[in-house]
Amino acid sequence: MTYLAKPKFHHPDLPKNELGYTHRDYEGTVSTLCAGCGHDSITAAIIQSCFELSIEPHRVAKISGIGCSSKTPTYFLGNSHGFNSVHGRMPSVLTGANLANRDLIYLGVSGDGDSASIGLGQFAHSLRRGVNMTYIVENNGVYGLTKGQFSATADRGSKSKRGVINTDNSIDLAAMALQLGASFVARSFSGDKQQLVPIISAAIMHKGAAFIDIISPCVAFNNHAGSTKSFDFVREHNEAVNRLDFISSRMPIEVKYDPGTIEVVEQHDGSKIALRKLAADYEPHDRAAALGFLQHHAAKGQIVTGLLYMEKASEDLHGHLHTVDVPLNTLNAKELCPGQAALDKYNASLR
Amino acid sequence: MKNTDIAAPDYFHKVVDCQWACPAHTPVPEYIRLIAAGRYSDAYMVNWKSNVFPGILGRTCDRPCEPACRRVRVEDEPVAICRLKRVAADYKDDITARLPKPASKKNGKRIALVGGGPASLTVARDLAPLGYHVVVFDSDPKAGGMIRTQIPKFRLPDSVIDEECGYILNLGVEFRGGKRIDSMKALLAEGWDAIFVGSGAPRGRDLDIPGRKEAAANIHIGIDWLSSVSFGHTTMIGKRVIVLGGGNTAMDCCRSARRLGGEEVNVVVRSGFDEMKASPWEKEDAQHEDIPIHNYLVPKEFIHEAGKLTGITFEKVKAERDAKGRRKLVPAGEPDQRFPCDDVLVAVGQENAFPWIERDNGIEFDEWNMPKVDKVTFASTNPKVFFGGDAAFGPKNIIWAVAHGHEAAVSIDKMLNGEDLTDRPLPAVEMMSQKMGIHEWSYDNEIELDKRYKVPLRDKVVALKDIKAEVELGFDVQLAVAEAGRCLNCDVQTVFTAELCIECDACVDICPMDCITFTPNGEEAELRTRLTAPSTTLSQDLYVQDGLKTGRVMVKDEDVCLHCSLCAERCPTGAWDMQKFLLDMTYAGTSCRPPRRSAA
Repeated sequence: MTYLAKPKFHHPDLPKNELGYTHRDYEGTVSTLCAGCGHDSITAAIIQSCFELSIEPHRVAKISGIGCSSKTPTYFLGNSHGFNSVHGRMPSVLTGANLANRDLIYLGVSGDGDSASIGLGQFAHSLRRGVNMTYIVENNGVYGLTKGQFSATADRGSKSKRGVINTDNSIDLAAMALQLGASFVARSFSGDKQQLVPIISAAIMHKGAAFIDIISPCVAFNNHAGSTKSFDFVREHNEAVNRLDFISSRMPIEVKYDPGTIEVVEQHDGSKIALRKLAADYEPHDRAAALGFLQHHAAKGQIVTGLLYMEKASEDLHGHLHTVDVPLNTLNAKELCPGQAALDKYNASLR
Repeated sequence: MKNTDIAAPDYFHKVVDCQWACPAHTPVPEYIRLIAAGRYSDAYMVNWKSNVFPGILGRTCDRPCEPACRRVRVEDEPVAICRLKRVAADYKDDITARLPKPASKKNGKRIALVGGGPASLTVARDLAPLGYHVVVFDSDPKAGGMIRTQIPKFRLPDSVIDEECGYILNLGVEFRGGKRIDSMKALLAEGWDAIFVGSGAPRGRDLDIPGRKEAAANIHIGIDWLSSVSFGHTTMIGKRVIVLGGGNTAMDCCRSARRLGGEEVNVVVRSGFDEMKASPWEKEDAQHEDIPIHNYLVPKEFIHEAGKLTGITFEKVKAERDAKGRRKLVPAGEPDQRFPCDDVLVAVGQENAFPWIERDNGIEFDEWNMPKVDKVTFASTNPKVFFGGDAAFGPKNIIWAVAHGHEAAVSIDKMLNGEDLTDRPLPAVEMMSQKMGIHEWSYDNEIELDKRYKVPLRDKVVALKDIKAEVELGFDVQLAVAEAGRCLNCDVQTVFTAELCIECDACVDICPMDCITFTPNGEEAELRTRLTAPSTTLSQDLYVQDGLKTGRVMVKDEDVCLHCSLCAERCPTGAWDMQKFLLDMTYAGTSCRPPRRSAA
């Protein structure tokens, strides 16, 4: 961390997006996390993604729980809406906000403690319901704020900084998300922004529950030999199944790929994802196969990263509930109390 | 790209743009920090060691450092480096005790210095304390050369010249004022062990157009007129004055004329305003004193009535590019313009003149009648004779003369010790970590946007009445500290140790200027296209280090780095460190003889 605010200077030739903003305009206040924290890299990736998507900051709501990860929304999108909720309760606050105002972009930012322990139930139900959101778990396998106890995502057999071996089984949040019906599931690594930034962009533009499990090494308590969430371990055991390029609906596809190696997936807003296969046998539209692949590779000690699953024709909670197109918080007395005639008509339909 | 060799003294030196641009390589950020700390005497001594005339240069330097300043690239205007130098001189205590002592034992070698200007005085300062018997000859009664004769007193008071020339003459230097050397042959015959020619470029160019002879009484050569003003021989000028020429001498002429009775003073230049040779701040100063500058006017004829000058006719021209892209002035086709005037000052350039050097002394001259001088050793073709300052390569400025003087002194010292002149001493380089604690550095790394502060001026009405009243009052302490705070401390270098790096990207993410990239290696031109931020200033180096676990390289574009230390503060492993680069030029003396260790 640093006590200094980042100087207001920026590179004189910094690119601007369609709104005339540079990536610096998407920053928040300076991070107070430990120097080298993987979470800060994820913060930078979110900033880069929102910059590239030309998102208007006031159109974003960032919602988090408690923990190192949940502090990070302060460090990006300083001009967006934010809600730092109770431990593990980010999903329900986000669900409520989303129901009230479907027009905002929802970023749920959580950690392995917040989502895999105290908030496991909330995590499950928000995905199950298909809330339109980008649910990011900054996963370091350790309780950093309380000085390095294993979290529920720490692998069995991995070693703590004190030398203790973990005897509990770990929770694979990506596998759970697949099982719970999330329509977009990805895993990435804070140390690989080339992979991470397009995944975040694709998730933001995805309609429905998008879940990203991001391995984010804790430099203070979980970056030693014997840890399975360290920079070195993740780099050595990273099994990337695909690479994707996010192509905004406003940009023509200029990149030419060899046929057969690339799949272009169109999203509901017209934006496209160009998926470049790295693992020939991986099919990112088959939920059951994805689950099998994950478990198969996890057993070998490999960390599967990339876009794991994406439903082509996804729907979200508002679709399931048949809510009106306008945000519920904009409805006023006229729409909510349509009058005696409408009530009579409705009552008649029940007779 | 290959790994950057940061042990080479030049690598980090180039990052300190101001110091690299300075001919004398004065450690600018070092003395600015000392000023900010209120250590004016220390700041003065850092300057004195390097550029010999801090008080003089702090008022008159051509400031090659300022256009190079990084603030220009990241904000707008450079740090007022020159005027901060003056602050050190203005607020220092008595520093005489810190100066070198005259040599207690002479070494028996006699050296003659021709001309008492900045080049010769620098040679004298470097050599006298070593035991050489140094004699400076000048036709003027006091030392200083062009510093004293050509720079108006309202820019540089005599007291400052006396003080700083005095520091040198008190080192046991013999000054023979009023003694013009008019024969090199005679001088050589006196058996000096070495002779240094620092006689400047003393001849002002004339303008040979119709009417020049007839109206001669009111047409003056700029530098001669300035010199005459300086010695008090000239105290008046006509009410309407035209200054021809666009260099700094022209600016000194027009401003002096304003003070000697010139009410309507006009500067007329052949080419465009933007092409003028005068420094932008000198043009500003002239305009501030209500002196208009007219451009694209070529003088055609001096108009006179009965031997009395009445005006000048000019032809209006415009700039065009010929087929080869060369810029040329061609007639604009407009009617000629006539400027009435009582006096004209011709400041259209200076020339070297060596009528006193016989051509059979072993000193060869080139086709332009300039002595053949080695650009590194400053030796002429006569092994005992050296040149420096304007006398060596034509008119430049004081700081170049100082730089030449240092080098010539090294050559003379080496020659008289029987060494190879071409074997030049390396500078000494010191690198020292500035880390004081987790978030503490021994320099001010809190960088802010901050506009350049203006130097307070004397009231114009008062200033124009007295040619000796210094116009610039200098920064007061408060302004000086504020201006010093604008320095980015470019000498505090970002030093990267690949073996410690875990590639967590923390530095990449925090860098406010997006200087840092981790990427596969490549050739420089191609690598520059893959950096985090556009890399457009090709003259600025890329700092490349390999040896990372992923096989990538760390690339840092030095161009707009703020030296804010955030990369180092964010680094969890100490792979980045902020280290102060202190370059110490090697001057004449024992240290310049054995080869010194290279760096870091």
